[in-house]
Amino acid sequence: MQLTKSLGISRKEGATGARNRSRNRSRRGLRARRWAGWLFALPALAFYGVFNFRPVLLSIQYSFYDWDGVGASTWVGMKNYVEVFTDSEQFSSLLHAFYLILFFTVLPVTLALITASVLRQLQGRFTGALARTLLFLPQIIPGAAAGVAWTWMYSDNGVVNQLLRAIGLDSLARPWLADFTWALTAVGFIGTWLSAGLCTMLLLAGIGKIDASLYEAARIDGAGPIRQFWSVTLPGLRAEIGVCVTITIIAALASFDVVYLATQGGPGTQTMVPGVAVYTLAFNDNRLGAASALAVVLALIVIAIVAPLQRLFREK
Amino acid sequence: MPAPTQTLRRRAPGLVLIAAAALYSVVPLLSMVSAALAPQGSFPSGLSWPSDPQWHNFADAWNVANITTLLKSSTLIVLGVVPVAVLISTMAAYAIAVLEIPLGRLFYTVLVLTLTLPYEIVIVPLYEQVKAMGLLGTQWALILPLIGMNMPFAVFWMRAHFANVPRELSEAASMDGAGPWRALRHIHLPLARPAIASLALLMFLSTWNQFLLALVLIDDPDKRTMAGALQAFTTKYSTDQVLLNAGALLIMAPTILVFLFLQRHFVKALLQGSVKG
Repeated sequence: MQLTKSLGISRKEGATGARNRSRNRSRRGLRARRWAGWLFALPALAFYGVFNFRPVLLSIQYSFYDWDGVGASTWVGMKNYVEVFTDSEQFSSLLHAFYLILFFTVLPVTLALITASVLRQLQGRFTGALARTLLFLPQIIPGAAAGVAWTWMYSDNGVVNQLLRAIGLDSLARPWLADFTWALTAVGFIGTWLSAGLCTMLLLAGIGKIDASLYEAARIDGAGPIRQFWSVTLPGLRAEIGVCVTITIIAALASFDVVYLATQGGPGTQTMVPGVAVYTLAFNDNRLGAASALAVVLALIVIAIVAPLQRLFREK
Repeated sequence: MPAPTQTLRRRAPGLVLIAAAALYSVVPLLSMVSAALAPQGSFPSGLSWPSDPQWHNFADAWNVANITTLLKSSTLIVLGVVPVAVLISTMAAYAIAVLEIPLGRLFYTVLVLTLTLPYEIVIVPLYEQVKAMGLLGTQWALILPLIGMNMPFAVFWMRAHFANVPRELSEAASMDGAGPWRALRHIHLPLARPAIASLALLMFLSTWNQFLLALVLIDDPDKRTMAGALQAFTTKYSTDQVLLNAGALLIMAPTILVFLFLQRHFVKALLQGSVKG
């Protein structure tokens, strides 16, 4: 009733005056109408609640229990969390995830910064359509397929060893993903391959938006290319760097498909990452509580790193 | 005006760098092609054009990897996820940003807080939940959770669009007596088309490439996404480098083809998508 009335008023009367008056007269009607707006949001709320939010809460609940998924579950308090930090396999998986940030984030962002600042000197925007297509390819293919591609690259007679032998470094050639010392680093470079192209394109797009007069002013002040980089390029790319760093850190910490297909965590547990460890604990060992505790710790680490980054890189 | 050679000299370092980066991106794929064309049962090496390229390897891999079935299954899953997720996230973002529903801000904040959470934190309860629903092993086991998992990003994306639509527009619509449905359909949707198209592309990509959920929730590789099926295929043919690479290439071909056709849109969506996310 209220709803039709307020509509009727605003239809009869002129535009602006009626807006205020109808607001005052039928505040209750307006409120009812705004609640009715939830009809639009309900389907999203339902899917999100059932298949996203509820599982997150349940994971937290499971993490305090011993449960094999079939029998009864027993409350064990913090035991599973203690295990995350004392069990060498689980704890080292977390350390590995941090090590991977070097390759998923630090290296690609550095490379992208160098490429973008060198290309800026080309004057005029970079329009190499072919290069752009190729740079994006690693982002387009499934991570699982990247795992297969690089298993082949790193294999005994793959491209990496082929190159080493071609330049006379035969002694260095080895099956990289099976090498206890080098496997994790080798996995890391797959991550570099995955994120370098996207970061380069993002920073190139960003550097094109920096006002050219800023560089001009810096040059007049006698700043060389290095100084220009630190005082103009870097601050100008703040937001874009923030984006690259955030998404690649999440990719490093939560990596699963690449590692699962390339090494499954091996040799030994040299390339065990939290994602693979959660999967193994839950679906091979049937230890749902322990798996959930590790997943919760992983999620907390992601939040603890991403939240301050958002603040740090937000544009002033 | 600098002389052409001078320009070239100045440009050279940049061009070399970008060429090196592009080459780095494509070498692993080229190496797979070279292995896929070697004679079956041979031991190909890294990157070498085979003297007698065996194109029929791809046909053989198509059959052993069940590509036809996988294409159908992946398409079914994408069609189940993307249109529904786009529709309901657009409606929700409209309700939050334009209709300003009560507690809408709270809903939005919760969505954004869970935006960066890794899939690892939902996978165990999702498995139990889908099992309890009796859907385990069917494509529904993937479609329904993926719609839910897509909500934070999708609502975030569409809200960012609606927040930029001038207020006068929606106010004018309600002055004209248009209800919220009509305002959405006739005024907001036409304006939102580019945002919706980008969102749909990004969701297509993430759904098609979905691996962890497919691996856990669907036992039968033939009912998974193509990425999920890759795991079963590699276990089966891990010793046959030729067939393995041919099959893996076929499995990544659809996204690459779609990318090549819609390249401009993809690049725009990926760049925007990462900036917004």
